[in-house]
Amino acid sequence: MSDKKRLQMEEMKAVWEASGAPLIQVKDLEKHFDDLHALNGVSVDINKGDVVFVVGPSGSGKSTFLRCLNRLEEPTAGEILFEGINITNKMTDINLHRQKMGMVFQQFNLFPHMTIMKNLTLGPMKLQNMSKEAAEAQAMQLLERVGLADRADAYPNQLSGGQKQRIAIVRALCMKPDVMLFDEPTSALDPEMVGEVLAVMRDLAEEKMTMVVVTHEMAFAKEVASRVIFMADGKIVEEAAPAEFFENPKTERLQNFLAKVL
Amino acid sequence: MDFIINLLIIVRDAIRYFFTSYIPQLIQEFSNDFYLNFIKEDRWKYIVDGLGVTLQVTLFAVLIGIALGFIVAIIRATHDKTGNLKFFNWICHIYLTVIRGTPVLVQLLIIYFVIFGSVRVDKVLVAVIAFGINSGAYVAEIVRGGIMSIDAGQFEAGRSLGFNYTQTMIHIVLPQALKNVLPALGNEFIVLLKETSVAGYIALEDLTKGADIIRSQTFAPMMPLLAVAAIYLAFVMLLSWLIKLLERRLRNSER
Repeated sequence: MSDKKRLQMEEMKAVWEASGAPLIQVKDLEKHFDDLHALNGVSVDINKGDVVFVVGPSGSGKSTFLRCLNRLEEPTAGEILFEGINITNKMTDINLHRQKMGMVFQQFNLFPHMTIMKNLTLGPMKLQNMSKEAAEAQAMQLLERVGLADRADAYPNQLSGGQKQRIAIVRALCMKPDVMLFDEPTSALDPEMVGEVLAVMRDLAEEKMTMVVVTHEMAFAKEVASRVIFMADGKIVEEAAPAEFFENPKTERLQNFLAKVL
Repeated sequence: MDFIINLLIIVRDAIRYFFTSYIPQLIQEFSNDFYLNFIKEDRWKYIVDGLGVTLQVTLFAVLIGIALGFIVAIIRATHDKTGNLKFFNWICHIYLTVIRGTPVLVQLLIIYFVIFGSVRVDKVLVAVIAFGINSGAYVAEIVRGGIMSIDAGQFEAGRSLGFNYTQTMIHIVLPQALKNVLPALGNEFIVLLKETSVAGYIALEDLTKGADIIRSQTFAPMMPLLAVAAIYLAFVMLLSWLIKLLERRLRNSER
């Protein structure tokens, strides 16, 4: 990234911070796959420090919604403002903004041809002009936090699923993101490994990292979320604080859903 | 009893003949043949010079093939993944269809007699161009297969970090794809080395043509042809060994 662009982005961020607008504003988001309408007008504000959990039956569009936030899926219609900038605009260089939006995938997607350390330093070194020493120091610090400092020279294939996912979280954190997007981070894990990943996420939430989490872990949502969103048929059906959401669901859809999963 | 003794005598004479007469005769014939085909009038130079030409053509054709193959593969894979580059993809598609749908010998003859028909060009250069263009088409499909075999999640992970399409290709997808297709690529180069043997059709004096020239002078076809076959075999085995070595090194870096 050129210094000019970086400066420009920082200026725009300052303007946004002064305005007090939400970190992410989603307006009437739609996503169509041919005949399938995965998202039918989703609008939501995500503020700095929010820990938003998105739950719902499979096919409800919750993963699509998350993947639209950093435009891994190209929205069909609607707007997403991230730090005050319309990132759905084709003129916006989405690559710059993706650096500020860490993403964690269900299948980890670590780079198998690189050591853990290379996985963690590739982005900062190539995209943020960080020196090798600085990038490695930062990676080491984060590795220690998740208890995997001794695996820095290992390859992803040598790690367990839980370890891989913790590394994937660290890889996203190395870019110093302003928001973390989690796409069913524990769905591909053996049950005994879910806990270690959730612990790292809990840590992040306590540090006031802004998070958007798509998950089936209801107990975890109840414990960590600042807000829970229920999606069905590509729409937000209900949205509330976790206590209210789980104890006192308003809509019949949510009542039925909770009856099935709890 | 007599019968058995007679039989033993016959066998003894046969063995004696074999060692005292037949083998020396064979050796004599062999050395005569060898002298005639390789030593006399410095005919070995046809083989050595031809080998030089064959290796030269193969090496440069491989380089062109790799360059062309990668460009075409990346254009095709980009089109498959993103729908961009429609025009270039169309050109690549025609290139692949034509080159893979016609014999390499015909391509060589067309390039020599039609495209360069009215200009004097170095035959080695013509062969390099013809085999390079031909090889590029096969390399392209091998590499494209390698790129498409990489899980879409790898691509998304790269993009989600903020890498653009090209950076994701260079740092994440291509290194993995290349490792996956290395055996197939090696095989393609072995095929190429052997395929250059048809270059004699444009009177390029490569290894095979060298043997053929000797044969036409000495009328003793066995020795030059077997020698040339052995040389091809040796180089193919060497190449296979090198590829295996490279493969093992790449694999080691993962475990």
